[in-house]
Amino acid sequence: MRKKEYNSTRRRQFVLICFAVCAVVLVVRAVDLQILQQDFLRTEGDARHLRVVSLPAHRGMIMDRNGEPVAMSTPVDSVWANPRETIHVERQRLAALARLLGIGEEDLYQRIAQRAEREFVYLRRHINPDVAQQVRALGIPGVALQREYRRYYPMGETSAHILGFTNIDDRGQEGVELAYEDWLAGRPGAKRVLRDRLGRTIRDVENIRPAQPGRDLMLTIDQRLQYVAYRELKAAVQARNALAGTAVILDARNGDVLAMVNQPSYNPNNRSSLRGDASRNRAVTDLFEPGSTIKPFTVAAALDSGAISPDIRIETSPGQIRVGRHTIRDVRNYGNVDLTTMMVKSSNVAMVKISNQMEPSALWTIYHRAGFGRLTGSGFPGEATGVLRDFILWRQAERATLSFGYGLSVTALQLAQSYLAIAGDGLVYTPRLIQSNDPRYAEQVMQPATARALRLMLEGATRDGTGTRARVEGYRVAGKTGTVRKSAAGGYAQDRYLALFAGFAPVSDPRLVMIIMIDEPRTGEYYGGQVAAPVFSRVMHDALRLLNIVPDDLPGLEAAQSRTRPRGGA
Amino acid sequence: MRRYEHSLLLRILHLDLPLLMGLLLLMGLGFIILFSASGEDTDTLLRQAMRIGIAFGIMFLLAQIPSHHLRLWSPWLYGLGVILLVLVLLVGDVGKGAQRWLDLGFFRFQPSELMKLVVPMLIAWYFADRPLPPRFREVLVAGILVAVPAVLIVGQPDLGTAILVTSSGLLVIFLAGVRWRILIALGALLLAIAPFFWHFMRDYQRQRVLTLLNPESDPLGAGYHIIQSKIAIGSGGLYGKGWLNGTQSQLAFLPERSTDFIFAVYAEEFGLLGILLLLSIYLFLILRGLYIAVRAQDTYARLLAGSISMTFFVYVFVNAGMVSGLLPVVGIPLPLVSYGGTSMVTILAAFGILMSIHSHRRLMA
Repeated sequence: MRKKEYNSTRRRQFVLICFAVCAVVLVVRAVDLQILQQDFLRTEGDARHLRVVSLPAHRGMIMDRNGEPVAMSTPVDSVWANPRETIHVERQRLAALARLLGIGEEDLYQRIAQRAEREFVYLRRHINPDVAQQVRALGIPGVALQREYRRYYPMGETSAHILGFTNIDDRGQEGVELAYEDWLAGRPGAKRVLRDRLGRTIRDVENIRPAQPGRDLMLTIDQRLQYVAYRELKAAVQARNALAGTAVILDARNGDVLAMVNQPSYNPNNRSSLRGDASRNRAVTDLFEPGSTIKPFTVAAALDSGAISPDIRIETSPGQIRVGRHTIRDVRNYGNVDLTTMMVKSSNVAMVKISNQMEPSALWTIYHRAGFGRLTGSGFPGEATGVLRDFILWRQAERATLSFGYGLSVTALQLAQSYLAIAGDGLVYTPRLIQSNDPRYAEQVMQPATARALRLMLEGATRDGTGTRARVEGYRVAGKTGTVRKSAAGGYAQDRYLALFAGFAPVSDPRLVMIIMIDEPRTGEYYGGQVAAPVFSRVMHDALRLLNIVPDDLPGLEAAQSRTRPRGGA
Repeated sequence: MRRYEHSLLLRILHLDLPLLMGLLLLMGLGFIILFSASGEDTDTLLRQAMRIGIAFGIMFLLAQIPSHHLRLWSPWLYGLGVILLVLVLLVGDVGKGAQRWLDLGFFRFQPSELMKLVVPMLIAWYFADRPLPPRFREVLVAGILVAVPAVLIVGQPDLGTAILVTSSGLLVIFLAGVRWRILIALGALLLAIAPFFWHFMRDYQRQRVLTLLNPESDPLGAGYHIIQSKIAIGSGGLYGKGWLNGTQSQLAFLPERSTDFIFAVYAEEFGLLGILLLLSIYLFLILRGLYIAVRAQDTYARLLAGSISMTFFVYVFVNAGMVSGLLPVVGIPLPLVSYGGTSMVTILAAFGILMSIHSHRRLMA
């Protein structure tokens, strides 16, 4: 028994020592982790819980000149998943999610399964807030929502080309959205949040930087005119079975772009059916030869350079003229014509003869000053400069054809801009798309008296010339038709035309300059006076009334006006 | 006067005041941390409270039974336990990939838990009327008696419980006074057959050992538990992040946080000082148990009390070691703190036996 006592005491001591050693090991380990490795482990922990998330910034609104919104951002939610978590969810819960998101169950599963090793996959972007609420209610592990903004364009296809659109990440891709990306886009903010293992945000820890919303942008566009122009243009393009069409309306007093529409167009709110050629803003990107619409500038150049006097008469018989190896023809023989008549009848022969009486530089100068062959300065992305060769390079035939609008190419916006000179007293403004307080820049293209004279000549063209169908009841309208043979490989096509009308109203105090261009009308009629002039008339009719512009051609008013404001001769 | 009445009441109920205080302190702490670990779920707390109530009832019952009765029942309980373990393997319920449960209709019963108490009782019974220190042959017999249930439990498979059952039996053999050379010989033998064990381990068990050696080798798979738990403990620092403020646990990065890994939750929220407090309470309970063993009046009681106290220590050490990345991950809960009923009942039953051994001593005399 003694031996046992001795033994058990030793055993007890041994056991106590063992305990002490083990306890010390545990404490040392705790000190190791909690004191020595604390910083490292805490950083590791933070790396797991703390995430910097981006706060979407509200993109600026785009408004028309009257403050009506034409592009705005609405909050939507995007659904994403952490495949590592979601891959373990039962199929029937995923099926419920698939139904909500409107995607196939198998599709959804594959999308998750294929990225099973990743931590992020979008399941569906931009869903309505009420659907988002239901998705949240499902509470599927790893599935979360992300607030985003979706762009909405109330004007739809009417203004698609001006405004352009943003991509799914809210970045401008076309039009004003692209050109003014920096202005419109907000600066996304950032905040640090605490996230649990399933990626759910538990609470905000710190606001690193608040989201800075983008700035609003006011256009010079009037969405009412935009709508009217689009409606009529679309109707005409459809009725004429035409390839395309463009209408541009400028404020005659300062060059503000009031409307700019094209056919074909697209719905910027649903771009699934967008074809490449429908996305072009043809008014600034597509070039064409202006044809007869340029004739007023030939006359103006001749008048201002002193090559001809206002009362000159030109013999156009026999209705054709040889220039080198080419023969230039009129539609028929107009005989001996004055300036108004040659404008009313649109005589090519007369233009060639006038052009021959002046230096080529005079013609080039007025074209150049009117804005042809250079950017308008509207700032619209993808704008074409057009082609106007330097007069030193002109050959005999070129000098002749340039006088009636062949051999140079312009955009519809450039053509509209040049008509500002006629509508205003010789001044051409930079067309503006955005409202701003910057000083306006204008260039004197022709003498004010010349512009006034041209206005009356062009009024004649709508009264009893090629452009009679451009008339608007109650208003005096001036304008020039153009029927342009489209160029084709090696020359000009026989049966493909561009119908043009360029004009303004009211003549007594021009307010609106408008260009109508119909590309390849294919239902028989193709003259500018037949195809483009009626569109001009209808759009101008509505636009003048919408803008409350005082009629200057009402029966009874005429007598009163003639007393106060004498009409010039014509 | 009051103090006398108080202790008299306790004596009549056969309860031990120091053990009772330690247990209540520990379980109070356990409740506080369980509230945090369960995500502030009162249902969990309520269920845990019910289990504690039942476990206290069993502790109270066992405290009333004098240890010489237990000694007589030991071989019968052992036989019953082995039969139940065999039954589990044959007709047991499968839960979480292991076959551990016997469905008795009204409740599910885990015979391996019973063996944590029965094995040391049997070995103590075996040595109780034999001259000590035991001879080699007797050690060998005792070893086989330990090995039979242990092997059956490993087969379920339940490595954690098998380790506890084995160590509770071996501790009795050790306390019985096995000669050092026999111990050393056995130790050498164990080392020699370690590779053999490795061969028979399940894949996931091998994985756990490998993971312990290098958790970063598979941070999202097998190493995930250990890495997350080390981060939790480490980010607690000296003072802890404060109750309910542990990000690792509150944000669900920590797995099994209300059961096996609750120690990490505690360490994150209460820091090193909290750990020292917790370990102190455990040590106090263990030392009190050893004191009871020393004061025990017969060999059976002494061996049993010693084994119970030391097994309790093994419990704490293995759990804390596993959670802090010192030992491989085996499913051993933190005694009296982790959420769960079975181990709670077993441990409080063991403390009931300790109390009985201590309180019946004087009455017997």
